[in-house]
Amino acid sequence: MTLLDLANPTRFLTLTSRLLPWLAGLTFVLLLIGLYQSAMAPDDYQQGATVKIMFIHVPNAWLSMFVWGVMSLAALGTLVWRHPLADVAAKAAAPIGACFTFLALATGSLWGRPMWGTYWEWDARLTSVLILFLMYLGLIALWRAVEDPSRAARAAAVLTLVGAINLPIIKFSVDWWNTLHQPASVLRLGGPTLDRAFLIPLLIMALAFSLLFLTLHLAAMRNEILRRRVRALQLKQASQLP
Amino acid sequence: MTALAALVRRDVKIALRVGGGALIGVLFFLTVVVLMPFALGPDLALLTRLGPAILWLGALLASLLTLDRLFMADHEDGSLDLIVMGRVPLELACAAKALAHWLAAGLPLVIATPALGLLLNLDATSTSAIGLTLLVGTPALTFTGMIGAALAVTLHRGGLLLAVLVLPLSIPVLIFGVAASEAAIGGFSFGAPFTILCALSLISFVIGPFAAAASLRHGLD
Amino acid sequence: MRLSGRGIRCMRGGRDVFSGLDFETCAGEALAVVGTNGSGKTSLLRMIAGLLAPAAGSIALEGGDVELTLPEQAHYVAHRDALKPALSVIENLLFWQKFLGGDASDAKGCLATVGLDHAIHLPAAYLSAGQRRRLSIARLLTVRRPIWLLDEPTNALDRAGQSMFAALMIDHLARGGLIVAATHMPLGIITRELPIGSAS
Repeated sequence: MTLLDLANPTRFLTLTSRLLPWLAGLTFVLLLIGLYQSAMAPDDYQQGATVKIMFIHVPNAWLSMFVWGVMSLAALGTLVWRHPLADVAAKAAAPIGACFTFLALATGSLWGRPMWGTYWEWDARLTSVLILFLMYLGLIALWRAVEDPSRAARAAAVLTLVGAINLPIIKFSVDWWNTLHQPASVLRLGGPTLDRAFLIPLLIMALAFSLLFLTLHLAAMRNEILRRRVRALQLKQASQLP
Repeated sequence: MTALAALVRRDVKIALRVGGGALIGVLFFLTVVVLMPFALGPDLALLTRLGPAILWLGALLASLLTLDRLFMADHEDGSLDLIVMGRVPLELACAAKALAHWLAAGLPLVIATPALGLLLNLDATSTSAIGLTLLVGTPALTFTGMIGAALAVTLHRGGLLLAVLVLPLSIPVLIFGVAASEAAIGGFSFGAPFTILCALSLISFVIGPFAAAASLRHGLD
Repeated sequence: MRLSGRGIRCMRGGRDVFSGLDFETCAGEALAVVGTNGSGKTSLLRMIAGLLAPAAGSIALEGGDVELTLPEQAHYVAHRDALKPALSVIENLLFWQKFLGGDASDAKGCLATVGLDHAIHLPAAYLSAGQRRRLSIARLLTVRRPIWLLDEPTNALDRAGQSMFAALMIDHLARGGLIVAATHMPLGIITRELPIGSAS
């Protein structure tokens, strides 16, 4: 089994059909363990029980960036190596990444509510994630704008890579903008040091969410491959008509 | 009636399918609102005060953005010729197209308003007041914008020309939309500006289809 | 039913395309408008369809439905097929059937007549030019209109498609219909020629 074998969509379908139930099961078990551990974690002396939002928020925030990284690799695959599965992977990842980003925003906002007294504060980190969310939505809109996926693929790949280069610049600018204006009253969420009692459930949750992404991504890639086959069959059918 | 219902259904369906730009308007709305704090600064008190203006301007620009395809797509593929020739009065067909456009591109803006209200730290009363004024006001934007869309088709020019034609026409809607929202937030009389906003919408339902139909009827060649 | 034009003058972009054109055609007859490129064949059809106003002269229909205008009793098949690529074949056809107010005739049967009955759920985006033209022809069948205005109707069609369409036109004429077609090619039916432009 080499990478080249995986490039064949048919191989990919048979392999993933065997792999997916196991992955889904493992994700489920890890999520259960992680949620149990999170529920059992002690309350924070400052934030009380709300600190537990962290166990959902942080994995989502980390995945929101990780998925863009996956898409950037896939974009390189499309542009440089012309890997047949690369644009399938990129297209399938975008909505999942957008969902994780949205969850990161929503949980961040819920977490911020007792801290700030409002659901939203133009905090540097939340704002950067919001811009990331907008870029995901733009990418999805780009995929949806063109009916032929192979034509959309190159445009989406360029946009993904430009986004990957721009994201640190955006992050830096937002930080600068925010420190320029920052009202002093805002509490910084989280802390540089985490107690072990928080760290272990957090790591389990991070692993569980990463596996969740892998499961969803493989399933979405399967759907995309099948969707393209349906399209190819329809095109073939159309060409056989009088 | 079935003919008009078929036209509305077809246009909504096309807007929601791959290649139709219905949700791009919402994305644009979201982006415009998110850009505002970068220009104004993240001061929540200021953003709250400017909230109605920001949301209304965003909605105005977003509904304008998607308008230029209203007749252009039908013109390019020849459908417009058949619609003009058909037994359905052209005014009603134009109204049906505008209604479909509002359902696919205007209503999502109204639905997105509460989420954007959170970003601007608006409380429930303010958000629902702005949402209500947008619900009443965005149809007026679509139905007046339709005139510009019809003119743009007959001139074979879209995009920015449309914006220049339509933006001045939407000033009254903007004035009373923002005024009604701010009245609700400030606790003044919400009724008067809101009623005028409703009246503006009703007027646009009459003027829009007639003006659009007139320019289509004489301008196609 | 009699369709006639008197002294029609066509101006395009300030230029005289043709002027003083008279024509007359009756039910059961096909009129073939012939002329060189740019002689105004499409413009004449669009004038009959009410989409373009003649600079001078008039077009009249006698013996039609008095409640309806001339364009409302006509079908127009233009270069552009009035199809939405995002909709399927049947969705496209059913829309025009409902919009043009056809009696609920059998849309699938009409698709079978033009040879598209195995493709009813395919998106119209996947159709070739000839298939798109066949779908436009199906529109002529789902909604009955006495006047057919056809602009190069057989252009994209293959030979089988042309003879299929010729049979449909003969059937339409036999029912008392009337055809005005702009064409370069013989349509495969008996037509009366109306030369326009520099040839006239």
